[in-house]
Amino acid sequence: MNENLVRIKRKNQTVIFIVVLTVFTYLSSVITDFNILHGIATLPEAIVWIFSNLVITEESLERLPTIVEKLIETILMSIAATTTATIFSLILGVMGSKTIGTSKALGVFARFVASLSRNIPVVAWALILLLSFGQNSLTGYLALFVGSVGFLTRSFIEVIDEASQSAVVALRATGATYVQIIGKAVIPECLPQMISWVLFMIETNIRNATLVGILTGTGIGYSFDLYYKTMNYPGVALVTISIVLAVILIELLSNHVRKVIL
Amino acid sequence: MQATTYMKRRRDGRISLNSGNQVQHVMQMTILILTILTIVAFLFFDYTGLNFKKALVETAHNLQAMFLEPALSHFSWSEAFYQVGITLGLAFLATILGAIISFFLALAAAANLSKEWLSKTVRIVLAFVRAVPTVLWVLIFAIAAGLGSEAAVLGMLLHSIAYLVKAFSEAFEEVDKGIIEALRATGASWWHIVVHAILPSTFTYLTSWTFLRFEINFGVAVAMGAAAGAGGIGFELFMASGFYFDLREVGMITYMILLIAIILEVMSTFLKNHYFPETVKN
Repeated sequence: MNENLVRIKRKNQTVIFIVVLTVFTYLSSVITDFNILHGIATLPEAIVWIFSNLVITEESLERLPTIVEKLIETILMSIAATTTATIFSLILGVMGSKTIGTSKALGVFARFVASLSRNIPVVAWALILLLSFGQNSLTGYLALFVGSVGFLTRSFIEVIDEASQSAVVALRATGATYVQIIGKAVIPECLPQMISWVLFMIETNIRNATLVGILTGTGIGYSFDLYYKTMNYPGVALVTISIVLAVILIELLSNHVRKVIL
Repeated sequence: MQATTYMKRRRDGRISLNSGNQVQHVMQMTILILTILTIVAFLFFDYTGLNFKKALVETAHNLQAMFLEPALSHFSWSEAFYQVGITLGLAFLATILGAIISFFLALAAAANLSKEWLSKTVRIVLAFVRAVPTVLWVLIFAIAAGLGSEAAVLGMLLHSIAYLVKAFSEAFEEVDKGIIEALRATGASWWHIVVHAILPSTFTYLTSWTFLRFEINFGVAVAMGAAAGAGGIGFELFMASGFYFDLREVGMITYMILLIAIILEVMSTFLKNHYFPETVKN
């Protein structure tokens, strides 16, 4: 008897869940003017178009040196944004940590800064900075930097709070100073996890750099935008492929490092 | 037993504790290389037309106008809500369609439910899909088929699938082997196993991951509006800053995006704490 009731209740829950999702999907399609049948119908056409137009031609290969140069600029920009963000996030992370934070007020402050810089989208930062910094690498760098600080601070706080406290307690018992505790117990214990997050951030930033580049006119995003707007499709293809290769290469490298240190 | 290890000493005679530790070595090398690349980056940046001091003062001024005096001027409040709705709609469609497709692809990618070659193929294809930034997918689809919101949803869909298949297939692989074996022994078909063992035991996981992706997709949808003309609040943000140079409006739009992002974050943190084990992150 009871079992049957539970079963009916469960069934009802599933039905409600599906109905709610369907209603939301319908509303979303109406508001965004999205037609799934139209989308599916044009998909084969789109794929044919991609394979017939996005081909690398010899002519486009001549542009390879410029593209590679822009790509390297973009990668360096992402790395620089991540590493400098790491330094700030480390300080904010220690401040925001529940286990080794010094004061509640500082902890709240650190979490607030992290939340603000993470939740305001990179696009918004890029557009705001573009107004005063103009069209150069530093704009893209700063936009990525602000977003990275938010993300890395949250990850670092989590890493520090999850690490075992025994080393900290032991050092405190010997009368070590706060800086010594951080330097000799917290950082060594959390370093592998932190490096893993930093590598992840670099991967994300390279992808985001394309987006920021399109908006701020810097790096590989600018090359893409240029070819795209002049309808130079072989150029578009070459830029896309070079980004794919760069992203995969960096992913493989950081996976290798992760495998050793974690 | 006699200790035969050779102790490496530093020049001042202290015993070097870290020698021969590969983990330490790799970590040091990683940090060193990243530091060098950072310095190289700053040397090679293109600083054309940049007056750092002036730009910094200007940014501070702009930020002040944005965040302390936000106001709407080019469109009304109802229009603003409508645009936010469009962005949420795009994110929702990409997430829900992504989740449905990912469920089936994840079954093919899970090592315990599928054949090895199939699972490998799916993983390699998705690694390629993930390597192309979302904005490029959206722009490519926009010209490839001349689509409006369909291009945006399609582009965002691809990355959602790449992300969710990884999460879903890992969840499937963690399902207790015994349950699958027991069902198989009763003569249950593959679909029976999926419907009666895999789906019930991973359902809360799958919905939580899907929601996490929805949170990400909201940010992506804002970005696609700004960079790929996909409409919604992101496009308004782009217009306000790039065409009208109206900082107060930029501030108001940023506040709206921030509010929704924080609501979504609070909800997904709640889900994470309630339904995920300690080890699952990101």
